[in-house]
Amino acid sequence: MPARHYKITIVANRCKECELCINICPKKILAKGDEYNAKGFRFTRVTRPEDCIGCRLCEHICPDFAIFVEPSEKPEEVIAR
Amino acid sequence: MAVAKRPIIHPVDKYLRTERLPHVWCPGCGIGITLHAFMRAVKELEDEGRIDSSKILFVSGIGCTGRAAGYVNFDGAHTPHGRAIPYAMGAKLARPDLIPVVFSGDGDLVGIGGNHFIHAARRNMDVLVILVNNMIYALTGGQVAPTTPKGTYTTTTPFGNPDRPINAVKIAAAAGANYIARWAVTHPELLKNSIKKALPMEGFRLIEVVSICPEIFGRHIGFRAPIELYRRLQKVVKIRGKISPFEATYDWEKEIILGEFQVRNEPGYTRVLMEAFKHG
Ligand SMILES: Cc1ncc(C[n+]2csc(CCOP(=O)(O)OP(=O)(O)O)c2C)c(N)n1
Repeated sequence: MPARHYKITIVANRCKECELCINICPKKILAKGDEYNAKGFRFTRVTRPEDCIGCRLCEHICPDFAIFVEPSEKPEEVIAR
Repeated sequence: MAVAKRPIIHPVDKYLRTERLPHVWCPGCGIGITLHAFMRAVKELEDEGRIDSSKILFVSGIGCTGRAAGYVNFDGAHTPHGRAIPYAMGAKLARPDLIPVVFSGDGDLVGIGGNHFIHAARRNMDVLVILVNNMIYALTGGQVAPTTPKGTYTTTTPFGNPDRPINAVKIAAAAGANYIARWAVTHPELLKNSIKKALPMEGFRLIEVVSICPEIFGRHIGFRAPIELYRRLQKVVKIRGKISPFEATYDWEKEIILGEFQVRNEPGYTRVLMEAFKHG
């Protein structure tokens, strides 16, 4: 059975605020955050990790290797640097 | 000398020089999407035991796309403008166990390097060429490229590009390549599958990737955000199965045909040469 929950990891310092992931997400659960990374970009945040369907469109479209999705026990957002 | 720490976070990080990230490419640049698809193809092939990534030789020329060689954790070379293919050819002939990949821009490969491209395809040279077509000379500030659509504004064609664009797929077909496909950054999964199929093959393999350059191309022609240019590209690309490469239209106003246009298994140059020496 496919996992029902997903862990979405944002590699904050790689994000360049291009917003492709935010626009491509079919569930519209990604949004621009308020916090700035080391390069002065407001990196993407996950608003409702519980709504993630694990399609990984955000992961595959990200030009900066800054977001990825894994099956997990519970819905989760992780910020890595 | 202190060695910079190489953080491993993302699933493809083991193939990247992560200590150099974030890379230089602008927000929303399609080169990163293409490189990511390449990394995923290599990862899948390696996980299936079908490739040894330490044998990959990653060669790129000059341009924004050419910068990719500096971010990959493979052996590689950043070669003079237009000369990525000859470099890869030389390396392959000296070390036939290598798996050469040329990852470069449209200006580099079919502009200044156009002749090398034609003759490597004619000789069926053993190399996978990933041509990132962003329709512009991006690194140098947006001059017209041989792939720029007719009528388009660029910094050197302020009244619109008067020339017809080149269709790399048709050129490779006329010269006789083993594998020819065109994909776009709007279809990263199909692109990855195509790279995965072509990488272990022999002979000349071309995968053209129609990319987006939001900053130097898109912004100049009225697309203010990367997603706007992306949606525009989504509208014009069409996937067609089982058609001849000579029908693979490349027209930014009407349609850009994506798909796999040629899959053959003719002997690659290395094998032909080895056999000639055996009898000589
Ligand atoms: C021999 C030579 N001529 C010209 C240049 C200047 N130059 C650097 S990059 C470039 C264009 C690259 O365009 P493309 O291959 O499409 O790459 P992009 O930057 O669009 O990825 C040019 C003309 C150079 N570096 N060397």
